[in-house]
Formats: sequence, structure tokens, C-alpha cells
Amino acid sequence: MEHATLLLILAAVFGLFMAWGIGANDVANAMATSVGSKALTIKSAIIIAAIFEFSGAYLAGGEVTSTIRKGMVDSAMFIDSPELLVYGMLSALLAAGVWLLFATRQGLPVSTTHSIVGAIVGFAVVAMGVDAVQWEKVANIAMSWVVSPILAGTMSYFLYRSVQILILDSKNPFENAKRFVPFYIFLTGFIISLVTVFKGLKHLGLDMTQAECYGIAAIVGVVSAIIGTFMIHRIKEQPVDIGGFHLHSVELVFGILMVFTACAMAFAHGSNDVANAIGPVAAVVSIVNSGGLIEQESMLPPWVLLLGAMGIVAGLMMYGHKVIATVGVGITELTASRGFCCNLSASTTVVLASGTGLPISTTHTLVGAVLGVGLARGISALNMRVIGSIFMSWIITLPAGAILAIIFFYILKAILG
Amino acid sequence: MTRTSYFSRIFGNSPVSPLQKHIASVIACVEQLVPYFEAVFKDDWDEATKIQRKLATLEGEADNTKNELRMNLPTSLFMPIDRRDILELLDMQDLIANRAKDISGLTLGRKMAIPDALADDFMAFLQRCIDATRQAQIAINELDELVVTGFRGDEAMRVRKMVAELHVIENETDDIQIKLRASLYVLENDLPPIDVMFIYKIIEWIGDLADASQSAGNRLQLMLAK
Repeated sequence: MEHATLLLILAAVFGLFMAWGIGANDVANAMATSVGSKALTIKSAIIIAAIFEFSGAYLAGGEVTSTIRKGMVDSAMFIDSPELLVYGMLSALLAAGVWLLFATRQGLPVSTTHSIVGAIVGFAVVAMGVDAVQWEKVANIAMSWVVSPILAGTMSYFLYRSVQILILDSKNPFENAKRFVPFYIFLTGFIISLVTVFKGLKHLGLDMTQAECYGIAAIVGVVSAIIGTFMIHRIKEQPVDIGGFHLHSVELVFGILMVFTACAMAFAHGSNDVANAIGPVAAVVSIVNSGGLIEQESMLPPWVLLLGAMGIVAGLMMYGHKVIATVGVGITELTASRGFCCNLSASTTVVLASGTGLPISTTHTLVGAVLGVGLARGISALNMRVIGSIFMSWIITLPAGAILAIIFFYILKAILG
Repeated sequence: MTRTSYFSRIFGNSPVSPLQKHIASVIACVEQLVPYFEAVFKDDWDEATKIQRKLATLEGEADNTKNELRMNLPTSLFMPIDRRDILELLDMQDLIANRAKDISGLTLGRKMAIPDALADDFMAFLQRCIDATRQAQIAINELDELVVTGFRGDEAMRVRKMVAELHVIENETDDIQIKLRASLYVLENDLPPIDVMFIYKIIEWIGDLADASQSAGNRLQLMLAK
């Protein structure tokens, strides 16, 4: 294949740029609930984000990566001209990265997922025609964009209702918080690790039976719960000023839970969004390495996932910390008891999608979860106009990603071809 | 490049803390009536004028908070409390401050002398009506807890009890009012008729403080029953 090294370098650079962009901007949205609730300081939020974004991307990012890489485009149609697929994937990366940069600067709600999906569909149509797109799979993905916020919202509604019934509405909320919060911590550790070991670890060469999966998940859950119990034990009930907010001590207990769900959220975000950056890279790498052959069955090289994971963390460290510091401002409404419900249901939904290989928007899922708490009469005011504009944004993002990808595709083809 | 994330913009301005800020201004305003009438009974109109001015300023502050809240309550907000209930609660709170201003304004304008024989009962009546407004404030201060708990459970029970207590206080003010009017009736033949008319009016308005507080409590009850 011509320009093999150049293509690999380009892919790595574009992928890194995109991953950097995700780390710089998108991670902040995933951490917004945690920082806004003041349960985490900005510094610890960044450390948690770095560790768990990385492990989420590396451990559980494989399935979605393979969807982006080969799920949406019928690569059989590119057998005679594999270079077109390579150019296409490169232009998709570039398109999504540029759109992300532009939209973030304009303060527009963007989703990296929607822009990369739009970009891939866009280039495939102009390169090989409408038939080159696996519309069934793309329709599934589009469906999941509708289902994921609804699922997260339903989950957070019931979670918050359970918190109200078990803790907040009881006669002694503080004692009950101490009693029940470890169970929620267990649930967080259990669900996230279960989906991960079930679906995510295949590419690392670990194949486990169902019983082993449940065992590992249960161990992770119990260990988290024990750590959490120790942390909760240290919290003392605080005296309340007259007219003050007398559930303050209860929120301190939920603050511990918030730390765990913040980890889950970062993990989930990493596992789903890393694919937006490295899915196309993986496609390019497999074509170039095989000397122009399009192999459906080739394994995803672990270093590609590592590249994405490092890109996200680099973006977070270099720029994302500033964005995280600003997103928390103004979310005083999101106390720890509400924030954890949002985090747990959103991260569960996202990790489930990651396991199934569906690229979804973490932000949309999180917004759905926030609405769920609102429906349980738990939030004093939600701005429906802004929420509407966030959900509508993907209608602009899809064609924007597609058009940019088409433009870049023709440019790359003219230069390299 | 610092900008607020669009994620934080999904949270609208909460109506709860402005409501609580408003009732706090209203109470501060109403509480001025005690030193005001003490000055009136001492016939110290300079002092009374000073206090009335302060009361009017506090009423203005409450009005500002009220307008601010109204401006920040677009229909696109999704809230656990009915928008209309919030606005009506606000109106009730506002009525308390307005009445306090009316009471002081009228008595000052006419330099009204209230018979000394009525002083004790009159002050007791005023105090109890102010107690009713304070009780309303105690209940309204629970609104943020109510939102967290979803207007259910133990917290909702506590607020119901607070509103019940408010009803008890309001009933007491009714009793004192009847007694006070009876005492005035005995004296009224010896007093200038126009003065008597206006003293009845002032007594009625002071009673309005407790009535409006009770209505505010009733609004809270409606929020609980939603």
C-alpha cells in the first residue's frame, strides 16, 4: 500500500487529536454532576476522571470501537479500493474533531458520538454510495440515542424514589443513610464491573464463565461497600441552625456515595467515548497493517485503545481541568443525594451500551437521568428549553459531521490519491 | 475561554430561595410594627415617623425580591411545585408586607390616638398576629427540604404540623380580635366617631396579617397534596 507509514501516522495524530478533544471538553460534562454537588473537590474529580477514564477506555472500550470501526460501513464494498476506506476514516476523524472544536467554542451542546457517526455515514455515502452504509446497524444506533436517555431517566426516577422512601422520608434520615448507603455503593461497584467483565475483557484475552463474572462483580461490589462503610463511619451528625437545611448531615453521607458513582461515571464515559476517537484509527491500522486487505475478523491491537486512553487523559490534564472547574458552578441544585442517582443510572446505561457496542451520548444520558430525578419532584427547577436544545442538537450535529467529512474526504483523496 | 457549560444551564433558577428571602424581608417589615405602636402609644410621633420610614424601606426590599422572582419564572421551567401555587404563595406573602405598610401609613397620616385602656389588648393582638406570620415563615423555610424529599414522608408530616400550629395561632388571634372590638365598643361613645371608625379599620388590618399568613400556609398544604 502507498504511503503506509504516513497513513498510520496521520491516523494516530488525528485519533490523538480527537481523544484529546474528548478529554478536554466532554469529560467535564460527565463529571459535572459530581463537581456540582461539591462532594468532590475539583482536584480529586480530575484525579478520579484521569484514572477511571483511562481504565474505562482501556478495559471496556473494545466493543464500541469495533462498531465504529467496522459496524456501520459495509467494508466488503471497499475490497477493490481499500485506500478509500482509509481516507474516509481519516476524514471522519478530522470532521468530528473540527466540529467538536467549533461547537465547543460557540458554546453549543455537542455530542462527539453523533458527530463521528454522522461523519462516517457521510463519507461512506459519497465514497461508495448509499448501499455502503449498514443502515440497519445505523438505525439501531439512532434508536439507542432515543432509548438511552429514557432508560437512564426511568432508572434515576426509581433510584431517587427508593432513596426518598428508605432515607429522606424516614423519621431518622441520618441513621438510615448510614445504613443504606453501603448497599448503593455495592450496587454501583457490582453493576459497573459486571457489565465490564461480561463484555469488555475479551480483547485482553480473558475469557470467563458466567459464574466467574458474577463472582468478580460481587467481590468488586463488596470491597467498594466496605471501603465506603469505613468512610461513612467517620461522618458525625452536624447540628443544624434554625431555619437551616437540616438534611445537611445526610448529604455528607451521600457525598461518600457520590465519590464512587463519580468513578463509575468516568469509567462509563471512557468505555463509550474512547471509540469515537480510536474506532476510525483501528480501521486504518488494520487495513494498512494487512497491506491493503480488508479483514473483518482482525483483532483490535491493544495499543490503539491505549493511544485513545492516553489522549483522553492528556486532554483532561492539559485543558479539561479548566472546563471541569467551570461546569460545577451554578449547579448548586445537584446535591449528593440527587447527583448520585443521576450518576449511577447514567453510568449503568452507558456501560450497558458499551458492552453491547452501541455508541451513545454520555451527556444526553446524564440529562435524561437528571430529568428522572426531576420527575420524582426532586429538583426545584429544570430549564426545559435548554434540555430541549441539548436533545435537538444531534439533528444539527449529524449533517454537520457528515458534510465536513465529505469535504475532508475529497481533499484527502486529491492530495494522497 | 471561560464559559458556563451547557450542562449547568439545564438547571433553572430555583424559586425556593427567593421565596424564603422574600418572606424574611416580609417578617422584618412586620416586626417593625411593635416598636412603631409602642411609639404611637407614647405619643412620640418623631420616633414613629422614623420607624415607619424603615418599615417602608423593608417593604420596598420585599417588593424587589418579588419582582425578581416573577421575572425568573418562565413557563418553560419544570418544577415540582405548580407555578401558580408559587405565584399565589408569593402574593400572600406580599399582602402581609403591604398590610403592615398600610397600617403604619394610616395611623401615622392621621396621627391616630388609640385609647390607653386598649393598649394591653391591642399589643397582645398585634404580637399574636406577628406570631402567625413567623409561623408561616417557619413552614416556608422547609420548602427546600420538601423538594429534596419529594413532598412526602416525615418531612411532609412536619410541615403539616407546622401549618396546623399556624391555624391554632390564627384562631387565637380571632378570639383576641373579638375581645378587643368588644372593649372598643364600650368606649366608642366617648371617642370622636371618625377615630373610632379608623381604629376598627386598623384592628381589621392587623387581623389581615394573620389571615394572609394562614392563606400562605394553605398554599403550602396544597403543594403537599399535589
